[in-house]
Amino acid sequence: MQYALLFYNPPHTQIPEAEREATIGQMLAEMRDWHAELTRAGVFRSMLRLAPVDAATSLRRQGKDVLVSDGPFAETKEILGGLALIECADLDEALGWARRCPLVRAGTVEVRPEWGPPR
Amino acid sequence: MGPAALNAAPGASRELLEAAVRNEAGVVLASLIASFGDFDLAEEALQDAVAAALERWPESGVPERPAAWLTVAARRRAVDRLRHRAVHADKAEALRASEELRRAELAAAEEDEMRDERLSLLFTCCHPALSPEARVALTLRTLGGLSTDAVARAFLLPVATLAKRLERAKGKIRDARIPYRVPPETEWAARLDSVLAVLYLIFNEGYSASGAEPEARRALCEEAIRLAKVLVGLLPREGEARALLALMLLHDARRDARVGGDGGLVPLDEQDRGRWRRDELTAGLVALRAAASCGGRGAYQVQAAIAAAHVTAPSGAGTPWPTIAALYAELESLAPSPVVRVNRAVAEGRARGPAAGLALLASLGADGGAQRLADYLPYHAARADLLRRAGRGEEAAGAYRAALALAPAEPERRFLAGQLAQL
Repeated sequence: MQYALLFYNPPHTQIPEAEREATIGQMLAEMRDWHAELTRAGVFRSMLRLAPVDAATSLRRQGKDVLVSDGPFAETKEILGGLALIECADLDEALGWARRCPLVRAGTVEVRPEWGPPR
Repeated sequence: MGPAALNAAPGASRELLEAAVRNEAGVVLASLIASFGDFDLAEEALQDAVAAALERWPESGVPERPAAWLTVAARRRAVDRLRHRAVHADKAEALRASEELRRAELAAAEEDEMRDERLSLLFTCCHPALSPEARVALTLRTLGGLSTDAVARAFLLPVATLAKRLERAKGKIRDARIPYRVPPETEWAARLDSVLAVLYLIFNEGYSASGAEPEARRALCEEAIRLAKVLVGLLPREGEARALLALMLLHDARRDARVGGDGGLVPLDEQDRGRWRRDELTAGLVALRAAASCGGRGAYQVQAAIAAAHVTAPSGAGTPWPTIAALYAELESLAPSPVVRVNRAVAEGRARGPAAGLALLASLGADGGAQRLADYLPYHAARADLLRRAGRGEEAAGAYRAALALAPAEPERRFLAGQLAQL
């Protein structure tokens, strides 16, 4: 079964400017190691790092029309910064991989299973 | 439930049969869930099997191994239900049902082998991916012998709310695929802690003087103790499981002495020791000794040692407060929390004088917690008691009023109001 790991972090602009490049560089290096581990274990499916919410555009229905507007779905302190898809036998295995994700230290990692078969 | 009831002869009373069934239900349900991986199917199949048993057993007598009988009957019923599903379902569901059917037939083939799956089920019910409330409800419902009604009454919840909570938890186990298994060594300590915490939560809910009716609360205490005994049986070398059982027994033994004739709470060292249940105290002390011999002293063992120090004192006046204060200091280093600090302050106050206790309370407020403490009833109650003992009557009265303003449960309210009146 596939699990999505959703990475929620404070926006990168909250890191002091002087440290920003080094901090992000370090995190990306650790993410590459984690990614390599997932691949070796055969659980990796895909991963995406998202641009800041400044680049987000939202569409929502308004009456009969669809309204296009600037910005994300909701303004929150932690924003969806990226996601990974992994294939695991059960939740414990998925939680084990999520726990090892370096982004756990930077914010919240939400683990969501794919929609199950009909009941 | 003793063997006598299980071997009930033909013509045994329905209550006796129902008790025999209830006693076995946890083992059977765990085995069914392990085989089918589906809570709802397992529950439905067990209900069918129980109905069949209540029909058959009055004539045939209770079989020698009631759990095995129920499991075999329930597995057959589950296979029937799956077949029915496979016939009546649309394509996707039929595929799934036939897959489950194959598994079920495999499981039914092993029907003589009756493995105890309760431990896996207990770990699943207490999985940290479920909310604490859901863990409690699910544990009571699947491993306990209590009906949804009884659980709802004890927690002062509408039955519908509890039923919904159970549905949601079962849905998450299914959809997120929370596994049925005993966790690996790397997760063992944290997962066992979660199981112990759920059992203690159940006990405390029953033991606390909440607004629920006494019989409903009593059922929770009995259920928590029963489950702790099951856990000790399954994990005989886990000292903390034994220590938790000891702690519950030592508390439970004092239940009749806890509230006085006026309906007010009676402090431990003023309780009528003649009303303590000797057999339960002895069982608690035996469990504590067994816990200590397992090695690895944890927070439950220290708490049980504190309870034991109280009950083994020759009299209330002979309570070994310095020992108890030292144990609380040890507990605080293992599991620091405001409630431990407050209890430690009370014990220090009795061991070395009220000033020592008040100093400990003051340092609690100084750790930036003053704001949170303002609403913390045990803090005010402890402070009031220490101030009273220090002869600072006016300040004590203020502290008693602060405690009373936080709307304590009736027995504690009576106790605090009584103390205030005597100043």
